[in-house]
Amino acid sequence: MADISIKGLHKTYPGSTELATNNVSLDVAEGEFMVLLGPSGCGKTTLLRMVAGLDFPDEGSISIGGRDVTYLPPQDRNLSMVFQSYAVFPHRMVRTNIAFGLMMKKVPREEMERKVAWAADLLQLSPYLDRYPAQLSGGQRQRVAVARAIVMDADVLLMDEPLSNLDALLRLDFRAELKKIVQQLGSTTLYVTHDQVEAMSLSDRVAVMKKGQIAQLGNPITVYEEPADRFVGGFIGSPPMNFLDGRITQQGALEVGGQSITAPEFLARAAARTGGTPVMVGIRAENISIVERGSSDSLDAVVEVVEPLGHATLLTVDLGGQTVKVQVPSTVRTSSGEKLGLRFDPGALRFFDAETQLGLTA
Amino acid sequence: MAAPDAPAAARPQVPPAGPKGRRPPRRKGNSAALLLIAPSIVFMTLLFGWPMVSGILQAFGGPQGLTTANFSRMVQDPYFWSSVGNTLLLIVVMIPIQFVLALAMALLIRAKPRGSSAYFYIWAIPLAVSDLAAGLVWLTVFTDRGYLNSLLASLGLAPVSWLAYDNYPSMFGAVLIAEVWRATSLVFVIVVAGLQSIPKDYEEAAGVFGANFWSRLWHVTLPLLRPSLQTALILRTILAFQTFAVALALTGQNFPLVVGETYRWYTGLQDPNVASALALVVMAVSMVTAVGYLKLLRDQSEAPQ
Amino acid sequence: MSHATTSKASAGARPEPAVDRRPLARQRRNRVLLQVACILITLFMALPIYLIALAAMSSRQSLQKFPLSFIPDNFSTETMQTFLQSTGILGGLINSVQVGVFTLVLSLIIGVPAGYAVARFAFRGRDPYQLFLLFTRALPIVVLSVPLAQLFLQTGLYDSVLAVVLLHTALALPTTILITASVFLGVPRDVEEAARIFGCSPVQAFLKVVLPMAVPGIAAASIFTFVMSWNEVLGASILTLNQRTLPAQVLSSLAESPLAYRFAGGFLLVVPALVFIFFMRRYLTNMWGSTIR
Repeated sequence: MADISIKGLHKTYPGSTELATNNVSLDVAEGEFMVLLGPSGCGKTTLLRMVAGLDFPDEGSISIGGRDVTYLPPQDRNLSMVFQSYAVFPHRMVRTNIAFGLMMKKVPREEMERKVAWAADLLQLSPYLDRYPAQLSGGQRQRVAVARAIVMDADVLLMDEPLSNLDALLRLDFRAELKKIVQQLGSTTLYVTHDQVEAMSLSDRVAVMKKGQIAQLGNPITVYEEPADRFVGGFIGSPPMNFLDGRITQQGALEVGGQSITAPEFLARAAARTGGTPVMVGIRAENISIVERGSSDSLDAVVEVVEPLGHATLLTVDLGGQTVKVQVPSTVRTSSGEKLGLRFDPGALRFFDAETQLGLTA
Repeated sequence: MAAPDAPAAARPQVPPAGPKGRRPPRRKGNSAALLLIAPSIVFMTLLFGWPMVSGILQAFGGPQGLTTANFSRMVQDPYFWSSVGNTLLLIVVMIPIQFVLALAMALLIRAKPRGSSAYFYIWAIPLAVSDLAAGLVWLTVFTDRGYLNSLLASLGLAPVSWLAYDNYPSMFGAVLIAEVWRATSLVFVIVVAGLQSIPKDYEEAAGVFGANFWSRLWHVTLPLLRPSLQTALILRTILAFQTFAVALALTGQNFPLVVGETYRWYTGLQDPNVASALALVVMAVSMVTAVGYLKLLRDQSEAPQ
Repeated sequence: MSHATTSKASAGARPEPAVDRRPLARQRRNRVLLQVACILITLFMALPIYLIALAAMSSRQSLQKFPLSFIPDNFSTETMQTFLQSTGILGGLINSVQVGVFTLVLSLIIGVPAGYAVARFAFRGRDPYQLFLLFTRALPIVVLSVPLAQLFLQTGLYDSVLAVVLLHTALALPTTILITASVFLGVPRDVEEAARIFGCSPVQAFLKVVLPMAVPGIAAASIFTFVMSWNEVLGASILTLNQRTLPAQVLSSLAESPLAYRFAGGFLLVVPALVFIFFMRRYLTNMWGSTIR
């Protein structure tokens, strides 16, 4: 196992004027599970490919375990990788697929067979060792790809959206299994996905990327509760964080949707000096509760859409012209058109600069 | 597929005839399809089947009915065995060269050098050149007062009579080079198409797991290229048995080839029966080779790896 | 008021390793070697074409000189003119064009419907039919030509443009059917079905929706057929005496003709190849990629 140190990577693809990665720096500690999360085109796959050696940066450096690998071809980097399309060799049996990397390293036959058996057992592939990939299902082929990767003693394990081609149920099952396996192995892992649920579930730390840069780096709960900017807040969490236009008055109140509630200390103090500032308020759907209209510190709103999801009910409400999603227990009965009051959990409120959209902290 | 020991009633069957003996109509598509392919079947049977049968009869035909006299005349002709030998030698030497060269060219193009579209165009041109034209093109090079000797002369070296009837190795070389020049293009295009259909992922995966360029070529690219190579090999070999106008253009009658002999028996010696006999020999050998290739290449894929 | 970031401290205070640029240099060197190899191969492929063009475009006099010049310093159309005026050449040209065009038309008329049937209908006997086509594609021309010549003699078709057209169509048909089949397979079935839902009869759907999308692929197959027919030498030589195609004419007079005649003939036979491949180069890989099983 080794750590990864990425410094200042720039890359532009030939024929394009945009930067695929823009001065990206990242450190992954030994044994850490780091997830690169972001929408398509954000540069996460480019970054992974540069760590793998499948693409080279224009500037910057990558070192693994203290060894510079920036321009080394992939075969000299001692890595293993699980591809999105699995890339399981169709002309070889499962057994020889799993053993491929070991074969390239010229591992002695006995040791190779032992390791293949161990990996196959771990991924429940033992009965399929002598089959060809065409005879397996998609999920099983994916397991072969994972087995092939873990059987090596690679410095770093790379994964490029390995679960995205599985159907929803399989994805859920395998996610847990993958987490178990990786924890057991203790590999340094770099994992790319656009699915924020995967990122939350699997990572030790997550790097949220947008347009070639890292928007926020931190452990998943922190990123969830304290997003660094509007983009991160809106990307993580389902449903996404609500963003409301508001204003901190000079008197220390927070005006939202034409109504006022108490504003946090640090913002009130700043506003008192400057005479009131516009602000963007972030609050997650599950941190809003339904109360009696007119209760203290509540905001009046009208229900527009009611979506019973089974484990909870998602309400779309109109708060003084702005749309807010509220998640309430499924026992709450309400209907479209009903007037009710919203109370925001003060500990869960997040504030963002109205212009830069960066997070505001005390 | 139904399990082998499923009861007969469970297996799909043509429904039994009803009380009036009528069966339900087959899918309408069937009759439409057969209608569409009917002209081609008629045409091909007339123009392939009929001549084939007629040719076999002709090869065994004589003034008093069926005979093998044509074959004995064919075999006793002084040029027969040398034509067979030349053809076989040409094939054995030419095919491997062409495939290695075509593969190398396809890999070079795939690496996308600057100017690769111009290279591809130029490298593909010879496939549209007829074998007669190819022979004439290289005639300008190899003829006694041609460009090769001109080059040697301007370097101060003595010119060589490359196409002289007694200079067998260089005659063979000239025909070989002309055919390699012309026919490698087709294999090149087939291999390029085959390479394009291999997803990049496989080679990238092989690379990450430790394979360098040659390992990737051997363990991933070539096995996945096998279907294209197989088709190309069969087509190319069968066509190679029919090498004819190239040699005629370059060496005239001095480098006999089997199909060249067929032409000579037909037009020169005015004996269509022996010509047919020779044609049958070509066909028999082509069929045997094609079957041989199929068997050989199929066996390799089934072998445990 | 800043980006909220958290990061663990880097493992220890390890000195930054310097970026190793040697692999880059190695790769650059490889790219140079790549270009050199490409240039060598291009020379091998292109030089002979240049030489025959040079020879055909030199005056008769300059061809008699030795050593021959490698640069076009004696440009003249004399050789080409003499060649074109030789017996049977102009007629051969006309015949070749006629044969090519008729072969193209006939093979499309017979082949396109059959290709459509193979692509769209899973009819009983489809596999044997495809096998039959592959088998006939592998049949040597020579096996057909000699008996066909006899048959044509008996039916009075010998030594006619029609005879060669029939032979060439038979040779082109398997490839045409297989290529058009894969072209039609490339036209998504739902587009056709949508047309049917919106009121077209099967024939209308084919003509209005499928055919336009298939035209590029079919055009490529047609050009391929024409080139094949233009270049075909053996069959055309055996099947004709006076109504020769261009290659057959050149072949028959090979032995007695002067060098200049042969050079001019070769050049004229090569020019179509240059033109056809130029227009067809984008379709080349599509055609062969799609016929590979």
